[in-house]
Amino acid sequence: MSWEAVIGLEIHVQLRTETKMFCRCPNRYGDPPNTNVCAVCLAHPGMLPVANRVAVDQALRVGLALGCRIPARSKWDRKNYFYPDSPKAYQISQYDEPLCAEGSFTGVRITRAHLEEDAAKTIHIGGGDGRIAGSGASIVDFNRCGTPLLEIVTEPDLRGGAEARRFLTLLRATIVATGASDCDLEKGSLRVDANVSVRRSGDEELGVKCELKNMNSFRFIERGIAAEIRRQAALLEAGEPVLQATLHYDPASDSLSVLRTKEEADDYRYFAEPDLVPVEPSPAHLEALAAALPELPLVRMDRLRAAHGLPDATAESLALTPGLADYFEELAALAGDARAAANWVMGEFSAHLNASGSDPHASTVTPARLAGLIALVAEGAVSSTGAKQVFAAMIDDPADAAALTERLGLGQVGDTDALGAIVDEVLAASPAEVAAYRGGKVQLIGFFTGQVMKASGGRADPKAVQSLLRERLGG
Amino acid sequence: MAHYDSAMALSDSDVRHVARLARLGLHEDEVAPLRAELETILQHVSAIAELDLAGVPVTSHPLELVNVLADDIPIACATRDDALANAPDRAGDGFRVPPIGA
Repeated sequence: MSWEAVIGLEIHVQLRTETKMFCRCPNRYGDPPNTNVCAVCLAHPGMLPVANRVAVDQALRVGLALGCRIPARSKWDRKNYFYPDSPKAYQISQYDEPLCAEGSFTGVRITRAHLEEDAAKTIHIGGGDGRIAGSGASIVDFNRCGTPLLEIVTEPDLRGGAEARRFLTLLRATIVATGASDCDLEKGSLRVDANVSVRRSGDEELGVKCELKNMNSFRFIERGIAAEIRRQAALLEAGEPVLQATLHYDPASDSLSVLRTKEEADDYRYFAEPDLVPVEPSPAHLEALAAALPELPLVRMDRLRAAHGLPDATAESLALTPGLADYFEELAALAGDARAAANWVMGEFSAHLNASGSDPHASTVTPARLAGLIALVAEGAVSSTGAKQVFAAMIDDPADAAALTERLGLGQVGDTDALGAIVDEVLAASPAEVAAYRGGKVQLIGFFTGQVMKASGGRADPKAVQSLLRERLGG
Repeated sequence: MAHYDSAMALSDSDVRHVARLARLGLHEDEVAPLRAELETILQHVSAIAELDLAGVPVTSHPLELVNVLADDIPIACATRDDALANAPDRAGDGFRVPPIGA
């Protein structure tokens, strides 16, 4: 039996603002507990929220970047629930009129993206392992309470863990490019929940879905989804039902545990927030926001492919790392050879950045210096193997490529006289092979070439060697 | 959301459900009287349903205002001790609450 997974994502993004969503306490990560709080975000009686202009704009930037329709009007709603991380006993969110409506990103339909406020942070103490079950008490820090959050919901258009990971990688790079968030999974400024269901291949009807909560790296999201697909497929294979549940994925054991089963549908009793008025972004304002967006990764990917003829994977990987893509474009322009520039940037240069932890433009190997090396290779003045050694030397030595090639003795022996002498020596030392070659074993050309390369210390130009050999051997 | 547009008949389990959502611990003998009271409220509100409201947008407040937005500039917060002054219980720098989900 073959099974198909159907996956939709809910992504929470903390927006980059100076203040909270509905009050003017600082929106800052890592401050001492309960220092960025006021009567509004602590829900003291009679306090009134006022929405943050910049938070609205940040959300609109993301909506525009994801190709969302921006309705003429959106409004606020109360989502009612009791939990100590929500002192009002409701969260201000958007229910039926979100700020950003349907969109499309990398072929995945976006259902909506709406603004809301984040909850406080609770720490569970006295229970031994820090988990909720059996804990002695919870300590609440309201610094995060009321900070602006954008919830992005996708349609169930994804079909596997790897696809979800790629989607999220591109989504994150896009949101980061808009400046709306730093999307740091470790700090919780990007949080992902995945709804996963499995059905028979070819079926139209969706299976029962389970929700995977709060996975904290894209790698674990990919693996968690894959594990959940296997779990559900095994149940269905055995003729057992999948029960709707919220699950936690444990990367260490690659297994899932049930956090809670859904015995009863959530009942949040949404109603319109009477303390806030609707938001109606003007067309002129939306145009200005759209015009001010930088080139987004997907656009850049297409441009890198079209302008430089880069393969898809290279274009994607460069577009995801803007600093490296800038470096590449500068290098390609200077070197006049995009293919060589891409090979260096993706190969030696990336390895050097990884090893040194350096930023592309902080590297001692500037685009101009690397372009100089690419030119030497193109002229045949250094072999591609030799060029790698020159590159390694360039990292710590400010001399230019030509000087380093010379100093390292890697200059390719291209002139016919010097090379001719080496060729003559090699041929003289191998009379049997020479006779065999002349007798028809022409594949021995490889053997001779190897000998000459060895005798030249790798500095000979293989093409020149072969043509000299053919000449001498009367080929 | 359940709709109570015509009959207004509430069941005991509706009452218990609403009580549970509001975290109210009802005694069994409170359910029936509350059901009657809630039905009266719903009947009162249902008068609206007799009007032709097609084309009237949902109103969340009576003001003709939109885009009331504040500039993103921090102002002074409460001090931590002020913030915690009314807490029923505190532990160090935080509000202490009973264990969740127990």
